[in-house]
Amino acid sequence: MKFTGTDNYVATEDLMVAVNAAIALERPLLIKGEPGTGKTVLAYEVAKALDKNLIEWHIKSTTKAQQGLYEYDAVSRLRDSQLGDEKVHDIRNYISKGKMWEAFTADVAPVLLIDEVDKADIEFPNDLLLELDRMEFFVYETRETIKAKHRPLVIITSNNEKELPDAFLRRCFFHYIKFPDVATMEDIIEVHYPGLQRDLVREALNIFFEVRDVPGMKKKPSTSELLDWLKLLMIEDLPLEILRERDPKKLIPPLHGALLKNEQDVHLFEKLAFMSRREGN
Amino acid sequence: MFNNFFLELRDSKVPVTLKEYLMLLEAMREGLADYRIDDFYYLARAALVKDEKYLDRFDQVFGKCFKGLEYVTDEANAEIPEEWLKILADKLLTDEEKAKIESLGGWEELMETLKKLLEEQQKRHQGGSKWIGTGGTSPFGTGGYNPEGVAIGQKEHRQGKAVKVWEKREYKNLDDSVELGTRNIKIALRRLRRFAREGAEEELDLDDTIRSTAHQGYLDIKMVPERHNKIKVLLFFDVGGSMDGHIKACEELFSATSTEFKHMEYFYFHNCMYEKVWKDNRRRHTQTIPTYEIMHKYPSDYKVIFVGDASMSPYEIVYPGGSVEHWNEEAGDVWMNRMLSVYEHAVWLNPVPEQHWHYSPSTDVLKQLMSERMYPLTLGGIDHAMRELNRR
Repeated sequence: MKFTGTDNYVATEDLMVAVNAAIALERPLLIKGEPGTGKTVLAYEVAKALDKNLIEWHIKSTTKAQQGLYEYDAVSRLRDSQLGDEKVHDIRNYISKGKMWEAFTADVAPVLLIDEVDKADIEFPNDLLLELDRMEFFVYETRETIKAKHRPLVIITSNNEKELPDAFLRRCFFHYIKFPDVATMEDIIEVHYPGLQRDLVREALNIFFEVRDVPGMKKKPSTSELLDWLKLLMIEDLPLEILRERDPKKLIPPLHGALLKNEQDVHLFEKLAFMSRREGN
Repeated sequence: MFNNFFLELRDSKVPVTLKEYLMLLEAMREGLADYRIDDFYYLARAALVKDEKYLDRFDQVFGKCFKGLEYVTDEANAEIPEEWLKILADKLLTDEEKAKIESLGGWEELMETLKKLLEEQQKRHQGGSKWIGTGGTSPFGTGGYNPEGVAIGQKEHRQGKAVKVWEKREYKNLDDSVELGTRNIKIALRRLRRFAREGAEEELDLDDTIRSTAHQGYLDIKMVPERHNKIKVLLFFDVGGSMDGHIKACEELFSATSTEFKHMEYFYFHNCMYEKVWKDNRRRHTQTIPTYEIMHKYPSDYKVIFVGDASMSPYEIVYPGGSVEHWNEEAGDVWMNRMLSVYEHAVWLNPVPEQHWHYSPSTDVLKQLMSERMYPLTLGGIDHAMRELNRR
């Protein structure tokens, strides 16, 4: 059972090694990288390639570790007890399973995605240490232990907003998705828009990497933005000449809305265009 | 089997633990990296390195352990400007030889080879980069430069794919001991933000109170820290003179943080604190604010961050009238001490790399004045500074 990328996901060699190591040793895999380099998509693709179910757990700033295990709805139980509902005698009626419970009790080991783990409270990863390590947890209310039938493949993504605790990191494999180089980028484009004109791709890539190189940008466009932009270019059916045009007066790339997501960056480009126009005269 | 490698990693401050090392060995036993150095490199990296800031150091140690590479120090890694190469080459080659080179593969390739040669020379001599600059005697000798000679004949790069990966040192700018670059600034901001969140007051957590009350059966009040910060910051920027080269990085960093802090005030000064500061650099001579006014206006629970390179003549700190811009009645250190006696929590962030600090005596003086609370403007430095500011 080896992961070698899929039809719509280009995995670099180092990424494949990391994923396969995580599969073989049944350890969690921690993925970091610039936004838009395909961290979350990786989990989808791994699940698809290995033909497994994907259980997604998206983390928010308010997410608690306990919510991934189970939640005990004490408020409803209190209400039911006031109303004399029969349900109240079985505490199990008030326990709802979390994503990890779901993943642990699945018949076939699924892929569990814990997305953007850094969004949560700083203690969040610590609270999951034992659960991820032993793949089991204890339900206090019912006094039962939930143990994973098959250890799921856990993929954790992080945007680096918070530092993760060391004890947590020790238990994971780690991979940093670096920004793809031109060759990998071409592969990625080929996978998403097969048969796109080679010269269009080349011109677009040139512009794209030029844009990324402009110093002082707030948000550099990433892979996902490039793909959106290419799609737009295809829909608009822009002639190649417009892309190829290196007129300093038109420094802002055509349909820049897909690439520049920040008005300061658009201003920056306008300013640059203005300056080069002044020099040109 | 790889104990040596493991120990070397620890020596160069990559935080690897036994648990991770065992994990790597287990993976090896599973046959995840079968006799391919590339795979082994990737596997070791995934198992042992847990933060992108250590990737570069890992690459270096890996290269050292498994390739017998010389340990690359920072000086030896300096870029060799192309002009130097051109000049050298011009000096060394006759027109005839140049023509020969042209026929052999052209200027670009020659440049590549030359560059490599220079790098090799540098390593062997351990002389740092100085001798390239002086360039008096040729390091090559005419014989070496003969088109049939070693340098140009050996065109095929020894970069087999495997070696290249860690030799490229792609993760260099992720190392947290380097100065702030555009990417690093983003991470630094997050550090500051974390600093901003701390020290908040508590407020009633309604949800948790309801939940807990239902659970316990009696009223159980829960509090959570308030989401907003109450940390108050005074920022003092050194502007002008030797700071010009750094000011952009500093501004980028702190202008973006201004939204994070509820109370943040910034002021400018030149080289050292004196009796006045200003808010608008264009009107620095007309619209100034007396330093006393600041000390009276902002209570002592404000935290103070100075940002400056601390490079000046020591007279500017220790003598009255030492300022280069105006006549100051009292010496800079008097004003620094006054500030520090009001504001207990203060740090100095210095954009100059730490290893250069002792070249300017004024840096030492200021560092002493700050009782050693001077930190480089790197991610690690900011981390330390924020920890210092948070100390009660």
